[in-house]
Amino acid sequence: MSKFEALTGNDAVATAMRQINPDVVAAYPITPQTSTVQKFSEFVADGLVDTEFVTVESEHSAMSACVGAAAAGARVMTATSANGLALMWEIVYIAASNRLPIVMSLVNRALSAPINIHCDHSDVMGMRDSGWIILFSENAQEAYDNFIQAVRIAEHPDVLLPVAVCQDGFITSHGMERVEIYDDDEVKAFVGEYRPQWSILDIDHPKTYGPLDFYDYYYEHKRQQVEAMENALRVIQEVAEEFNRKFNRTYGLFEAYRLDDAEVAVVVVNSTAGTAKAVVDQLRAEGLRVGLLKPRVFRPFPAKELVDALRHLKAVAVMDRAISFGSMNNASPLFLELAAAMTLHGVQIPMADYVFGLGGRDILPREIESVYRDMLRTAETGQVERMVTYLSVRE
Amino acid sequence: MATKLALKELIKQPMRLTPGHRLCAGCGASIVVRQVLMAIDDPVVVTNATGCLEVATTIYPYTAWNVPWMHNAFENAASTISGIEAAYRALVRQGKIPERNVKFIAFGGDGGTYDIGLQALSGAVERGHQFLYICYDNGAYMNTGIQRSSATPMGAHTTTSPAGKKIPGKQQFRKDLTAIMAAHGIPYVAQAAPSHWRDLMKKVRKAVDCGGPAFINILSSCNRGWRHATDETIDITQLAVDTCYWPLYEVEDGEWRLTYKPKEKKPVEEWLKRQGRFRHLFRPENRHIIDELQAEVDRRWERLLRLCGEA
Amino acid sequence: MAELKGWRDIPIGGMILEAGNAVQYPTGTWRAFRPVFGEAKCIHCFTCWLYCPDSSILVDPENEKMLGFDLEHCKGCGICAAVCPVNAKVQREAGETVERDDPRLCIRMVEEGKFQE
Repeated sequence: MSKFEALTGNDAVATAMRQINPDVVAAYPITPQTSTVQKFSEFVADGLVDTEFVTVESEHSAMSACVGAAAAGARVMTATSANGLALMWEIVYIAASNRLPIVMSLVNRALSAPINIHCDHSDVMGMRDSGWIILFSENAQEAYDNFIQAVRIAEHPDVLLPVAVCQDGFITSHGMERVEIYDDDEVKAFVGEYRPQWSILDIDHPKTYGPLDFYDYYYEHKRQQVEAMENALRVIQEVAEEFNRKFNRTYGLFEAYRLDDAEVAVVVVNSTAGTAKAVVDQLRAEGLRVGLLKPRVFRPFPAKELVDALRHLKAVAVMDRAISFGSMNNASPLFLELAAAMTLHGVQIPMADYVFGLGGRDILPREIESVYRDMLRTAETGQVERMVTYLSVRE
Repeated sequence: MATKLALKELIKQPMRLTPGHRLCAGCGASIVVRQVLMAIDDPVVVTNATGCLEVATTIYPYTAWNVPWMHNAFENAASTISGIEAAYRALVRQGKIPERNVKFIAFGGDGGTYDIGLQALSGAVERGHQFLYICYDNGAYMNTGIQRSSATPMGAHTTTSPAGKKIPGKQQFRKDLTAIMAAHGIPYVAQAAPSHWRDLMKKVRKAVDCGGPAFINILSSCNRGWRHATDETIDITQLAVDTCYWPLYEVEDGEWRLTYKPKEKKPVEEWLKRQGRFRHLFRPENRHIIDELQAEVDRRWERLLRLCGEA
Repeated sequence: MAELKGWRDIPIGGMILEAGNAVQYPTGTWRAFRPVFGEAKCIHCFTCWLYCPDSSILVDPENEKMLGFDLEHCKGCGICAAVCPVNAKVQREAGETVERDDPRLCIRMVEEGKFQE
């Protein structure tokens, strides 16, 4: 029987970790991730898990130890944020390239400088080309559910890629919510036993991991990663379908909220999608045809599926907690990628980019409302007033 | 029963590092690796920091390793092996894999150990992972083309401490990494040289059986960087030991012990003059550097003798 | 050099599944000097075997005999000759510098082009 508990996002992920009972966790404290591994270390200390918890001296070593442990055929997890992820950087790529199914809880936080501990998405956006699968979570429930599914996605023989499960720092990670926690045995049954095809601990069949790979084969190994990402799109949906059946949820590649008959929509990930839903309801009450698209899967980027979900609209706004500095119009990563997808799929809809919430700046319902009203005007005129808006920055 | 440390017995051991690797002719690194692995009868799992050894032994699709082996990155051979060792313990404890008395070995050059990998190494030994870290110290970043590291001897010419008109080679003494590792208070730390193979192998055996983290710093000649003929590798290593530039000792549970005392301590000059990287020191204006180096070697040797109760 | 394979036909992640397959890669072509074994003088001490960086000393473990050199892989560094105690003895007894290709040596180093069986 499942039960409802009042949990923070970090506690929810720690609970998933306890239920999954990974073989190795290697992590280093960093705000706002820290309470995840604090909670998990209590489970270790109380003997509730069989995990070797490697209390490394840095995030670089956290990811390095994860890579070693995953190569040993262990089920491996870690958690980090912002600068911690940045310190892991080199090994983040190596984890994906070595095809190691590590699962990471990434509690999104702004990258330095200046140093800041609060939420934005500059951390995860930096890892978007690293070869990791990236899932976003609106709330603690989704972080919990995504984390459980991530194990199955990562370990699928057609995928074998690491997965980062994102949630918003402090907003989700430290906000107490009502979370449905499934029965331990059901979670264990869902994730199943990990049976790795290869292990560096297979003493009788010695293998070499991580050789020097020149121009004659490096490219072929990269091509294999492309294949794995393509497979991941299918596997993510298969795992979600099974999860939905078992736990009565509705996960897919994205969530469409009142989108079917909408004229304009906002595309936004993580916790802000929750706020935006309230704004949609309020504007709908005024008779305005507005909707929301909340991507869940960012890597692999489900371009065609997103385009198909948006193609009927008259205007689309992307809201993103990050800037791709120096990119076209200094826009946000999500906007740039979605705009490219729309255009290349032959869908010409006015689109605008709204950067918001950097360094944990609050995003208020009235600000989201202003985005919708901008889009409603654009729907009427067919004109985008400003391609990129830095929402709520003081002039 | 452990294999007797006699060459007639050791030749019967399976070959753990095969020929066909692409290390330079006369390289000390593969000699070190062969001696280390030869000393261990149990199964081994190896990690390797980026460096000559890693690069030259695993050029895809070829590997010279007959044992499970992993390269992750430059600075993380110790954290990578700690992950593997943690996985081993977790999997054995849960009965998912059999207990095989596996020995975990990390190899890194001096760049990967003294410099960029020091933090990961310090962390891994502090956590108490049961593994042996072998630093094959050739005193520079040889893989990238002989750049100075904190292991480079004072006065040596490298490509980033060139013997110039104003600055005659590296300005600093070598970092005493072996002492730093001993200061971690881990069960076993030693310094060894392949010229003294039985001493080296005994140390490896003690290290892998010490029940905790162990570190051995092994001098490994690089004829390209040291500038000597390819066949002088062992001879020059022997001289480093006999001049006390590279004393052989161990620190077992905090007890310092000299494992080899040269009958006659030779002047460091005898080691220097055999290597092209020190040639400029023999110009009259640079003689003082040899004197300084000698004074430092003496100071460290005297300190070591005191620590070993030999003074 | 083996034929280059396509991405579907190689293990993922850069793994090499065939342990020790570097033996298939010849490094003997690097050699400028060739070690020549003076079998009659050999005391089968295996010092050369111990110090060969290329594991290129062929031995018969059962009969405990040094057999010669793996010239497919030997890079000709000459460490075997330098550490050979028989060579050292010859050197000492000669009282003069003995050339590296002196026939009195147990392991001689002979310039590749000049080598004759």
